[in-house]
Amino acid sequence: MTDIPLEQPQAEPAARRRLPWGALIGVATIAALVGLWALATVLGWASPVFLPSPARVWAALGRAATDGYANATLWAHMGASLWRVFTALFFTLLVGIPAGLLIATSRIGRGILDPLVEFIRPLPPLAYLPLIIIWFGIGEPSKVLVIAIAMLAPIVISTASGVRAATESQIRAARAFGATRGQMITEVMLPAALPSILTGIRIALGAGWTTLVAAELVAATRGLGYMIQSAAQFLVTDMVIAGILVISALATISELALRLVERRFLPWIGRA
Amino acid sequence: MPSLRLSQVSLHYGPAALPVLQNVTLNLDRGEFVSVIGRSGSGKTSLLNLAAGFVAPSAGRVEIDGNPVTGPGPERAVVFQDDALFPWRRVIDNVALPLKLAGIPRAERLERARHWLAEVGLAGQGGKFVWQLSGGQRQRVGIARALTARPRFLLMDEPLGALDAMTRDQMHELLLKLWQESHAGALLITHSVEEAAFLSTSVVVLAPEPGRIVHVEELDFGRRFLAGEDPRALKSEPAFIAARERLLAAIHEKETAR
Repeated sequence: MTDIPLEQPQAEPAARRRLPWGALIGVATIAALVGLWALATVLGWASPVFLPSPARVWAALGRAATDGYANATLWAHMGASLWRVFTALFFTLLVGIPAGLLIATSRIGRGILDPLVEFIRPLPPLAYLPLIIIWFGIGEPSKVLVIAIAMLAPIVISTASGVRAATESQIRAARAFGATRGQMITEVMLPAALPSILTGIRIALGAGWTTLVAAELVAATRGLGYMIQSAAQFLVTDMVIAGILVISALATISELALRLVERRFLPWIGRA
Repeated sequence: MPSLRLSQVSLHYGPAALPVLQNVTLNLDRGEFVSVIGRSGSGKTSLLNLAAGFVAPSAGRVEIDGNPVTGPGPERAVVFQDDALFPWRRVIDNVALPLKLAGIPRAERLERARHWLAEVGLAGQGGKFVWQLSGGQRQRVGIARALTARPRFLLMDEPLGALDAMTRDQMHELLLKLWQESHAGALLITHSVEEAAFLSTSVVVLAPEPGRIVHVEELDFGRRFLAGEDPRALKSEPAFIAARERLLAAIHEKETAR
């Protein structure tokens, strides 16, 4: 008899439980790692030169933000790096999405571009960096280009495979309603590929941040990678770790921003 | 009277394979409702694909008013088995898509799309996304999209196959009303004998291996429903039951006739 009123209160916690568990576990994991790190420095498991304490890294961060380090403030380094990564992303999208569409829609396009992408895909940035510098000099374009090359393959491949998400009958429907080749691309194939392209952008940004330090190895005067290398040359490990944490934070923020964009503007993803 | 005509049409994929369709002749006039039924593998969907212009016949002719069909065209609209809607567009923009492709200004195409959405009973649902609709609502969006282009022929490939029985009955009445209002010729592929018998002015039975027409039944239950008769009374009439039995017999006929 009492079963009936019990049913409703039981249903509610299920909705409430959905909220923060994943995030909480994530925060707890990070907190545990920082705790372990602090413990290791307090107990003297490693020399402070190799592993500075969290407090010293925090202080280094503050120092870089206010006084600056390696000729510029942390903000200037961040700005330079962000500019390079996102300029590279912009040009990669400009080239990579059309290339992916060509691979997906044209046999000739696939024949030409597929081998090129497969050639570029496994190359480590440090391997082609010297060649880029010989060809294009040590200026800003070279740095952006190195990052862009690292980003290209994920964008091209994700676009090409995303186009295949358009179903046969969706393509036929568009044909039946008189879509031209161009309309087929803008109205069907690109939107169908968008979820996959977004995934490609995530992977590409990962590759971009990874390549940043390599790109800033040569003749840079600004940038997080440059800051890290300058610090490393003088064994200023707290600044090295501070730089790494800033890169990681920027990467996390851009990932979260992408997810927000997806949820806000592409609510249909995964619900077709 | 404009008509969509398949004359002596055959279709095979490769010379060694059995024809999917052999010597099929079928005429669809405006104002007619032709249903095609038959076992799976009898080439029902291939017939629609030929009429839509998605595939070209291996032999024979597909013509509209005597002009050969070389591909899809705006005078023929297709409703697909899986609704073939675009999940990235809102409902209203799905319905308006054929008009957008035709270059019609936004205000006009939205107005016309709203009109057809209302016709299929989805007034006010235009702002939703496709995934927020039920299966029956999605098919109605698909039908509204097809009708927005004001086609002369409405080609439907098992549009109601995935719906439950009650929703199907509602959709039958809706289809008949829309058919009457749009003055289009309707071609319906279905595996429901009852559906074909109720809706059609003419039911064509296909047999498999090779796909060919084995029976044609002229009926008027749909027209009588539109004239105001009760659908359940119509479906329990002896004439309806007899027609249904003849169609079933034609579908299940042994291959002795060959």
